[in-house]
Amino acid sequence: MITRDDVLLVAHWARMELSEEEVEVLTADLNGMLQLAAELHSIDTEGVPPTMYGVNQHNVFRDDQVADSLPQEMALANAPDPKDGYFRVPKIMD
Amino acid sequence: MSQKYETVIGLEVHAELRTDSKLFCGCSTKFGADPNGQTCPVCLGMPGALPVLNKKAVDYAIEAGLALNCEIQEYSKFDRKHYFYPDLPKAYQCSQFDFPLCKNGKVTIHVNGVTKDIGINRIHLEEEAGKSVHSGDNILGSDYSLEDFNRGGIPLIEIVSEPDMRSPEEAYAYLTTLKSILQYTGVSDCKMEEGSLRCDANISLRPVGSTEFGTKVELKNLNSFRAVQKALEYEQQRQARLLDKGEPIIQETRHWDETTGKTHSMRTKEQADDYRYFPDPDLVPLIVSPEWIEEVRARLPELPPAKFERFVREYGLPEYDANLIIATKAQADFFEATVALYNDPKTVSNWMMGELTRLLKTSGQEIEDCKVTPELLAKLLTLVDNGTISGTAAKSVLEEVFATGKDPELIVQEKGLAQISDTAELEKIVAAVIAANPASVEDYRNGKDKALGFLVGQVMKETKGRANPKLVNELLRKQLS
Amino acid sequence: MSLFDRTAHELGEMLRRREVSAVEVTEAVLKRVESVDPVVKAYLTTTPELARAMARAVDSRLQRGEELPPLAGIPMGLKDNFSTTGVRTTCASKMLEHYVPPFDCTVYQKLMHQMSPLIGKHNMDEFAMGSSTETSAFFPTHNPWDLERVPGGSSGGSAAAVAAGEAIFALGTDTGGSIRQPAAFCGVVGLKPTYGRVSRSGVVPFASSLDHIGPITKTVTDAALVLNAIAGHDPGDSTTVKREVPDYTSFLKDDVRGLRIGLPQEFFAEGLDPEIKEGIFATVKQLEAAGAQVVEVSLPHAQATEAVYYLVASAECSSNLARYDGVRFGYRSSTAPDVQTMYKHTRGEAFGLMVKRRILLGTYALITGNYDVYYRKAMQVRTLIVRDFERAFEQCDVLISSTTPTPAYKMGEKSKDPVALALSDLFTIPANLAAIPAISVPGGYTKEGLPYGLQIMGPAFGEGRVLQVAYTVEKLVDARQRKPELPEKGGVA
Repeated sequence: MITRDDVLLVAHWARMELSEEEVEVLTADLNGMLQLAAELHSIDTEGVPPTMYGVNQHNVFRDDQVADSLPQEMALANAPDPKDGYFRVPKIMD
Repeated sequence: MSQKYETVIGLEVHAELRTDSKLFCGCSTKFGADPNGQTCPVCLGMPGALPVLNKKAVDYAIEAGLALNCEIQEYSKFDRKHYFYPDLPKAYQCSQFDFPLCKNGKVTIHVNGVTKDIGINRIHLEEEAGKSVHSGDNILGSDYSLEDFNRGGIPLIEIVSEPDMRSPEEAYAYLTTLKSILQYTGVSDCKMEEGSLRCDANISLRPVGSTEFGTKVELKNLNSFRAVQKALEYEQQRQARLLDKGEPIIQETRHWDETTGKTHSMRTKEQADDYRYFPDPDLVPLIVSPEWIEEVRARLPELPPAKFERFVREYGLPEYDANLIIATKAQADFFEATVALYNDPKTVSNWMMGELTRLLKTSGQEIEDCKVTPELLAKLLTLVDNGTISGTAAKSVLEEVFATGKDPELIVQEKGLAQISDTAELEKIVAAVIAANPASVEDYRNGKDKALGFLVGQVMKETKGRANPKLVNELLRKQLS
Repeated sequence: MSLFDRTAHELGEMLRRREVSAVEVTEAVLKRVESVDPVVKAYLTTTPELARAMARAVDSRLQRGEELPPLAGIPMGLKDNFSTTGVRTTCASKMLEHYVPPFDCTVYQKLMHQMSPLIGKHNMDEFAMGSSTETSAFFPTHNPWDLERVPGGSSGGSAAAVAAGEAIFALGTDTGGSIRQPAAFCGVVGLKPTYGRVSRSGVVPFASSLDHIGPITKTVTDAALVLNAIAGHDPGDSTTVKREVPDYTSFLKDDVRGLRIGLPQEFFAEGLDPEIKEGIFATVKQLEAAGAQVVEVSLPHAQATEAVYYLVASAECSSNLARYDGVRFGYRSSTAPDVQTMYKHTRGEAFGLMVKRRILLGTYALITGNYDVYYRKAMQVRTLIVRDFERAFEQCDVLISSTTPTPAYKMGEKSKDPVALALSDLFTIPANLAAIPAISVPGGYTKEGLPYGLQIMGPAFGEGRVLQVAYTVEKLVDARQRKPELPEKGGVA
């Protein structure tokens, strides 16, 4: 059973502030979905390899060739707080 | 250090690979561009941008693995390692988790005459983060930080050692050996100043004789090999003191402060994050065939241990010399190129380890960047050999070559440093010196051999060191007899 | 017939016969958008100037007597998760409300190469999470067949636009049915190709291993034409395959003789609207009469698809959406003293509830300890589902089912109930997990006059066979007899 505190902790890991209402709704939802997920445990998967990719291939490469980068102003065009060619962020606490 | 405890050290070394473009995009890896001038949708983590793996980076990682005696894994894959930090664009780093590219290697170190193997647990390939520039002197004193993603996405290998080191000296020796090997392969610059080589250390103590590990502490902000050693020495004592007092060691990350020479605890987060590794569905697995491995192996240069043996065998160098000469590949290459032009290995070694090393140290240059080339050094030594200049003069000529890169012959001419080997000219000077020093002449004739040395010195003084010493000796003996 | 009602194929022929100019076609569609979009609300952004410039370029080519690519001058729209240089790409999220990409996704590049004018960007469920287009942060889209009903989702804006003549075709994305389900609800064709057939590069991901890109069109012929234009290996997407792209129009034959059609029994069980069930069976009977062989097959792990999907999609989503941190682009909360608080406020303020739900579940499923229990387990069961399909395709050439259990439902009806929403994806999700091609073609209409879709699934890279059967079904059903009636400029129809 997922509790309110569990939801708050997971929301912290995901760096998402939740409103009181959201915490309530999501606690119920998460429990519902985990109940659904629990049904999988009745399926025998002994020795079954996991499907991790949408496609079954390997060794896809590019050559080590330099391609054009974005011009600096394009790189920063969507920046919420650009400064002197950098992306500015508030104080880093840790 | 108390005799009660055994120190256990493991190191994690990150080395940037010297590819031209980044691990997953075509942006240049050149150092020193304008901030965010070498970025694109992929390395800025823009929505929808997809990574494509740089083959050269894989080649380099395999090469590093082989040089460090690892088993290259047939199957490896890329995983996302999640954490939120402003220099990490996607809020995950593309790395390798449960299936790294290389496993089970080793590095042989020599400390205080003892030879020891340090195991390498694994080497994996991953992408660099960007760089935060802080507005104040340090992170905490800054109102804001500035993010530059030029470095973000440069390929890295993380080399994780086994906890096989038992002292800070061993850690230091491991790092220098590792660096030398990586530099030999050319896969990394290994420049700690530019951040292309970084090291984190894990250290724990346990009672001597115990086989269980103590609580380990991770050390960060180690900006040089000496810093690694000093931080480990400090930490070793700190932990020993705590254990002596019966206090527990806290498993934590500690920050090394170079100015105070102490480590201090980094704020422990009240809720530890979890990296939530999972296979990156935007990339596909890596399968390395035996043929691929052999192809890379064939390209491996001669590595330090083999080179050491060959230098002793082939050039007859004393082990001490050989060890110093092979310390860097550039130096070993310089040595061999010089010997190819001037076939007296020991003399070349003497000059390299003596005068040239002194000049390099004073100026802070590296041998590969300085103006003295193997051709110029060989020429200089030939000039000494054929009597054109004296050994003393040669030292000042080398200084001049080092400063200007000029041809030694030209320098000798310009400065008039050529030895005087003209018998007639020297006979006059010898006669004058004999005339001016009757006391010494008397001494010599009375059997005091030392007096001859004094007289030779006088002749050299008169000629400003240019007289051919062998000839001066001859002429003096002749005129005095 | 109005120009906006015509298909890409028809308009292409008319253009080549000089019966109409590209500018006329584009103007007709732009005008249609102007008159009906106030009620349908399919577009988040329109790009009339881009469209006109492209149309003029097509006309000058025509005048010079040059060959035209097949889709030249055919106006289209893109779901708003396809990156378009200089045109904002919002994913219908407050997070990207003002985000203007500096690059184009590969498929848009291909359509520009085709000289297909871009009419604009379509509304969708926020970050493609939802099945009704009601989770859009901006406004819901209305079903052109009944404005009180949802158009489906997440590509609801695209399906509604094509159904309403506001675009001749569109490209959508399909992670669990997001092309096929809205196509079914809006009475148009929606094709989800095999994973790896079409490049995802530049398309904003929801769940990378499940995301597919495909056409939403008026007819099966148009679907083949558009697939021809967008399929193929892309060096910029490591998960596309180097495999020859056939001419998909060559499969458009009204002929199913000797084909084995499989009916997955699990898809005809409880929950399926009886009227739709009856309609699908009637069409299958007609196919049988036309020479197809019908076999019943089983997909034993069908019951597990939902759980597998929720775990895999949510886990990948939690990772893909971690990058929205307010640092380099997108929304940033202005109320934070430090960077970690900034992350929380930014993501808390700019993500909607559905997105938060997925991120939360995905984050939970990936933490140490849960990974093996949930995520790895789900990936293993995914393998079993893939094997189910492989076995089924040993017995038949294609699988036929309904696309959805019900026709379009009323707005607001299910949006608050995630379980009911999930049920509406039950028939479409398996093809995403198995990465196989699947198409929804109009299967008929309910007594209420609502369209429903018939889904055809094929083995990996069997798009041709799927299109062939779809083409035959299209002839049998002849759904284009009916058209949605829409009030123009807010007037009464």
